[in-house]
Amino acid sequence: MLYLPLIPLAPFVGFLLNGSFGRRLPKAVVSGIALVAPLISFVIVLHAALLVWSSSLTLPVIEQNAPSWISVGALHVDFGSVLDQLSLVMLLVVTGVGFIIHIYSVGYMHEDQGYWRYFAYLNLFLFFMTVLVQAGNALMMFVGWEGVGLASYLLIGFWFQKDSAANAGKKAFIVNRIGDFGFLIGLFLLLANFGTLTFTEIAARLEANPAMTGGILTAIALCLFVGATGKSAQLPLYVWLPDAMEGPTPVSALIHAATMVTAGVYMVARTHFIFDRSPLALSVVAIVGAATALFAATIGLVQTDIKRVLAYSTVSQLGYMFLGCGVAAYSAAIFHLMTHAFFKALLFLAAGSVIHAVGGEQDMRRMGGLRTKIPVTFWTMTMAVLAISGFPFMSAFFSKDAILAAAFASGSLGKVLWFVGLVTAALTAFYMFRLWYLTFFGETRNHDVHPHESPWSMLGPLVILALLSVGGGWIGAGRFGAFLSPSLGVRTEEAAGSSEYLLMVLAVAAGALGWYIAHRMYNRPSTADGLAATTPAGYDLLANKYYVDEIYGSAIVKPLLAFSKYFLEWIVDVAILGGLAWLLAGIASLGGAILQRWQSGNLRSYAAWLALGAAILLVFVLAPYVFGASGIGLNLTGH
Amino acid sequence: MNSLHMVSHEVPLAWYLLLSAVLFCLGVVGFLIKRNLITVFMSIELMLNAVNLSFVTFAHQWHQVKGQIFVFFVMMVAAAEAAVGLAIIIAVFRARATLAVDRIDLMKL
Amino acid sequence: MHLILFIIFAALCLTGAVNLLFQKQPINSALSLIVVMTSLAVLYLLLGAEFLAAAQVIVYAGAIMVLFTFVVMLLNAGREERTLGSRAARTVGFPAVVAILAVVATAFLKLQGLGTATIEDHITSTADLSTVLFTKLLLPFEVTSVLILVAILGSVALARKGDGEGTK
Repeated sequence: MLYLPLIPLAPFVGFLLNGSFGRRLPKAVVSGIALVAPLISFVIVLHAALLVWSSSLTLPVIEQNAPSWISVGALHVDFGSVLDQLSLVMLLVVTGVGFIIHIYSVGYMHEDQGYWRYFAYLNLFLFFMTVLVQAGNALMMFVGWEGVGLASYLLIGFWFQKDSAANAGKKAFIVNRIGDFGFLIGLFLLLANFGTLTFTEIAARLEANPAMTGGILTAIALCLFVGATGKSAQLPLYVWLPDAMEGPTPVSALIHAATMVTAGVYMVARTHFIFDRSPLALSVVAIVGAATALFAATIGLVQTDIKRVLAYSTVSQLGYMFLGCGVAAYSAAIFHLMTHAFFKALLFLAAGSVIHAVGGEQDMRRMGGLRTKIPVTFWTMTMAVLAISGFPFMSAFFSKDAILAAAFASGSLGKVLWFVGLVTAALTAFYMFRLWYLTFFGETRNHDVHPHESPWSMLGPLVILALLSVGGGWIGAGRFGAFLSPSLGVRTEEAAGSSEYLLMVLAVAAGALGWYIAHRMYNRPSTADGLAATTPAGYDLLANKYYVDEIYGSAIVKPLLAFSKYFLEWIVDVAILGGLAWLLAGIASLGGAILQRWQSGNLRSYAAWLALGAAILLVFVLAPYVFGASGIGLNLTGH
Repeated sequence: MNSLHMVSHEVPLAWYLLLSAVLFCLGVVGFLIKRNLITVFMSIELMLNAVNLSFVTFAHQWHQVKGQIFVFFVMMVAAAEAAVGLAIIIAVFRARATLAVDRIDLMKL
Repeated sequence: MHLILFIIFAALCLTGAVNLLFQKQPINSALSLIVVMTSLAVLYLLLGAEFLAAAQVIVYAGAIMVLFTFVVMLLNAGREERTLGSRAARTVGFPAVVAILAVVATAFLKLQGLGTATIEDHITSTADLSTVLFTKLLLPFEVTSVLILVAILGSVALARKGDGEGTK
C-alpha cells in the first residue's frame, strides 16, 4: 500500500490540530504534532522511492477512481494524484528538506510567543506544496499554487507587529497574484483548446497531433510562464523575494529557497510537452532565466544583510533553472533544483545559526572572526559556499554544469546564454565568498556580543544538509536524466564529449576567479571599502537594487493609487453611487412633497376629486355599452 | 283629440331616468360650488333623491316591489344620516364659529 | 294627462334644484329643496308608488327638511361669504360632472325595451310593499331600526353642549 493521500493529509491534520488547539498546548506537544506530520509524509515518500529503486513499483502511478471535484459539461476535474518520476523526486526534496527544517525550527523558534502558530502555518505550507506536486491536473496544481502563496504570506508576515514584515507579506502576495493571473489565463486557454486540464490527457492529445506547434501553444506557454515568473521570482516579478526575508530564517530556507519558489520550475517541467512545441516560448524562458541570473547576481554583490545576499542568490539560481528549462534540458533544471534545495537551505539555516549566535544581528559589516567561535556552523556553511560556487565534485558542480553544457549546445542563442551563465557563476562565487570572509574571517567587528554555538536541534539539520550538499550530485546528470526521462522526455542532443570537459573546466575556472577576487578584497577588509570608493555611482546603483522598487512604485503603484482615489473614490463612489442614493432619496421626498399638497383639508377640492373618481368609474363601467353599436338590452335576472 | 289623448297618455320612462340623471348632476354641482356647509349637505340630499327617482322608475319597469323597498331603506338611512350630519355641523360650528366650507380645513397635512 | 302632469312637476323639480344652487341664503336653498322633494313625491305617485309618495312627503319634506331649517335658524346661517375658492373644484370637478352626465344620459338613452308610464298603470299598494318588507326583507328592516337608534344617540352626543365642547 502506498498511502499516497496521506502525504498531503498528514500535514493538514497537523495544521488543524496546532491551529485550533496549539495555543493551549505545551510546547512539547506542539512540536511533537508538528514534527510527526512531515515525518509521516517523508516516510511514505521514502517507502515509495525504495519500492521504485528495487523495481517493485513501476511508475507512473495514477490514481484511478479519484473522487470527482468538478463535473460540468465537458469539464471534468478530479482530486486525483499522480506519482511519476518527476513528482517522486520533487516529493523527496519537499518532504525531506521540509522535515529537516521543521526540526531546525524547533530550536530556532523556541523563544517565540507564536510558536504554535508558526508550526501550524508551516504544516499548512507543506500540505499545499504536496498538493501542488502531486496534482494530476492543472486546476489542482493551481489550488496548491495559491495555497503556498497564502502560507508564504502568513509566514513572511509572521511577526506582523512589525510594519516591515506585514508590508513584505502583502507585497509577496500581491506580486504573486499578478503572476497567478497569467497562470489563470493559461488555464483558460488550455481548457478552451483541449477541453481538459489533466496533464496526461493534454500530453496524449498533443502526441496525437504532431503538427501542432506555435500559435496558441506559445500563448499558453507564455501565460503559464508569467505565473512561474511570479512564483519563482524572475524578472520582472522578483521584487517580493528580497523583502520576504522579513520572515523567520527557517521560513526563508524552506519556502523561499528550497520549495515554494521552485514550484515555477516544477510547473514548467510538468507542462514541458506544451513548451516543447513552442520554440519561441522556450527562448523567452531561457532569456528571462539567464537575464535574471545575471541581474540578481550583480545586486547580490554589494548587499550588506546576510539574508539579502542569500535572497538574491536564490533569484539568481532560479534563473539558472529556468535557463535549463528554456534549452529543453528539463532534467538538468530539476537536478539543479534538487541540489539547490540542499545547499541553499543549508546556507539559510547556517545564516540563521550565525544570526542566533550574534544575538540577532544580520548586517555582515558588524560580524567577523566567527570562525573559531561557532565551528560547526562555520564548517557546514563552508560546504554550502563551496557547493554553490561549483567546487568540483560537489553537488552543484554537476547540476550547474549540466545546465551550462545544455545551453552551449543549443544554437547561437544558447552560446550567448552560456556565456551569461558563466559570468554569473563567477559573480556567484565572488559574493558567496565575500559573505564567507566578512562573516567568519578577520577581526571581530562587534564586541558587544559573545557568540555561542546553536543547540543541536539546529546543528543537526545543518550537518545533514552539508552531507547532502557535498554528495547529493554524485548520481550524475546523465543517470538522473535517464531516471526522469519517462516523465520529462529525452533531450534530443548532447554536447560532444570533449567540449563538455572544456566547458566544465571553464566553469570551475570562473568559480575560482570569483573566489580569488573575493579573497583579495575581503580577506583584508580595508580593500572592501576601496571598491565602494572607486565607483560610487555604480555602487549606489547596485546597493539600491537598480531602484527597481522605486520604479515600480512610481510607475505602477502611484498611478493605481491615484486612480483609486480620484476616479474610484471621487467619481464612482461619491459622485455616482452617492449621487444615485441622493437622487433616490430626493425623488421620494419630492414625491412626498407633491402629494402632501393634495391633502389640503379643503372640502371642495376633496369633493372635486371625488367627483372625478366617480366619473372615471362610471366611464369605465359604462363605456362598452355607451360606445357599443347596439343598445343595452334590459334583462332582469332573478328577483 | 284622440292622438292628443294618446300622446298625453304616456310618458316614456326614459324621461324619468333623464330627469334623475340631471338632478344628480345638479346635486354634484351644488356640492362643488356652494360655500355654506349646510347648503352642501342639502346638495347631498338632492343627489339621494335623484337616485331614488331612478329606483322607482326601474321598479315600475319591471313591476318589482323590491325597487320601492330599496327606496324606503334609502329614505331611512338618509334620515339617520341627516340627523347625524347636522349634529356634526353644529359641533363644528361650535368649535370654529364659521360655516364656511373653505375655513374648515384643520385636516390638512 | 300623464304627460302634462309629468312636465309640470319635472319642471318644478328642475327649477327648485337650480334655485338651490343660485340662492345665497341657506334658508332659501332649504325652501327650494322642499319644493324639489314635494315634486318628486308627485312623480313617485305618477309611477305608481303611492306609499313612497306619502313617505317622501312625511319623512323627507316633513322631517328632514324641517330639521335642516331648524339647524339653519339655530346656527343663524347668514348670507354666504365670499371665500377663497378651490381651483381644484373648478378645473377637476366640472369636467367630471359633465362626464358623468354625458355617460349616464347616453346609457339611459340607449336602453332598449324601456316601457312607458301611464295613469292606468298598476299602483303598488302598501299591502304589496309591506308583504315583501315584513317577510323576505325583515332582517334589513330590523337592522334599519337599530341604525336609527344609533343615529339618534350619535346626534344627541354630538350636538349636546358638553364639557370641552365649547368654543376653542
